[in-house]
Amino acid sequence: MLDRNGIAKRIAQELQDGWYVNLGIGIPTLIANYIPTGISVEFQSENGILGMGPFPFEGEEDADLINAGKQTITARSGACIFDSATSFAMIRGQHINLTVLGAMEVSEKGDIANWKIPGKMVKGMGGAMDLVASAENIIVAMTHTNRKGASKLLSKCTLPLTGVACVKKIVTNMAVLDVTEDGFKLIERAPGVSVEDIKAATAGNLIVEGEIPEMVI
Amino acid sequence: MNKVVANAQAAIQGIQDNMTLMLGGFGLCGIPENCIAALVEMGVTGLTCISNNAGVDDFGLGLLLQQKQIKKMISSYVGENDEFERQMLSGELEVDLIPQGSLAERCRAGGAGIPAFFTPAGFGTEVAEGKEVRMFNGKPHILEHALTADFAIVKAWKGDHYGNLIYKGTARNFNPLMAMAGKITIAEVEELVEPGELDPNYIHTPGVFIQRIFQGSTYEKRIEQRTVRPRS
Repeated sequence: MLDRNGIAKRIAQELQDGWYVNLGIGIPTLIANYIPTGISVEFQSENGILGMGPFPFEGEEDADLINAGKQTITARSGACIFDSATSFAMIRGQHINLTVLGAMEVSEKGDIANWKIPGKMVKGMGGAMDLVASAENIIVAMTHTNRKGASKLLSKCTLPLTGVACVKKIVTNMAVLDVTEDGFKLIERAPGVSVEDIKAATAGNLIVEGEIPEMVI
Repeated sequence: MNKVVANAQAAIQGIQDNMTLMLGGFGLCGIPENCIAALVEMGVTGLTCISNNAGVDDFGLGLLLQQKQIKKMISSYVGENDEFERQMLSGELEVDLIPQGSLAERCRAGGAGIPAFFTPAGFGTEVAEGKEVRMFNGKPHILEHALTADFAIVKAWKGDHYGNLIYKGTARNFNPLMAMAGKITIAEVEELVEPGELDPNYIHTPGVFIQRIFQGSTYEKRIEQRTVRPRS
């Protein structure tokens, strides 16, 4: 099974040279640490920066330079800064090549729920609804099951939706799956995880065709 | 043309109970600290505040929440504030949560004279409830209406007597959009400069959108999530 960094490393393999990428809070943020050598990607943060760099050195934090998670960041050489409407024009207008975000539930139709637990967590959707409604290429980074051990890959989401039929690919601590018309198609297994383990942890329809290779991290 | 007023107290003259305000900022980044402090002092209540976030318990809009001056919040993300959550769950505070891109565009539209627009964001979710749906290019979109405010309050880095503004870093965020959407827009700046000092090629908000401007006295600029990397 993969840890959080392992999930990030596997998703980093999907990056392509020249892409503009929006990374959500949590596991997706870690992807920036594992960009494959020889390719160049630019990270967008939806509060208004393209060309987001690593965290600043201690003592060099700038209150006027943060990411959408409100963390202090740096700007890379060649970065640019813009207002929130321009930022979401990039997203809505499909100028961003890849969006990676976390989820609490994903359905076999590609619906995603990640913003609200009724009666418990009501923090708001932030930019997630705009991102999932418009991005052509969405990867969900999450654990396969929740803290109680229940599957997060369902036939139908039970929590309030963030978007419908939008998730294309899921990378979990157990597997890589594509969302197809017929359900979750198993693409790769995490090291040490069997197809049976994945079947047991997937509540929605799982399609297993032929030999399923183990991920190469 | 000189839009300069003495201070925050002078700038917020005319703000009354039950008005709608827009306040720029993302988290605590780029918020109009001086005007928020003056609003607390003024004690105006029943406010509807349009702002991406609601501050933290003891800073930003959290200060107005503490004094129960806000009746309704229109925001995209409000997760950093316990008092906010308490007031919302007890029903004291009305909350309208809006996707962040729709919030930004609704402010921009309000300032640009566009009454409404269609967006795919929120289709199929509770955000779409009661909203007109229309298909464009084979994809469903929902109708979102423009937002305007009695007063918009923004924070910039530098500004001049005409109200021309330049923002610094990601403190820009919602400020330029809200600046356009206020019936009266107040700009507080870190540095008020003489006309001609700002290069016209680098103005972010043209002065036409601003009615009052002043130089803030101090800026705490609190950092919400201090993240650093080791020097190796």
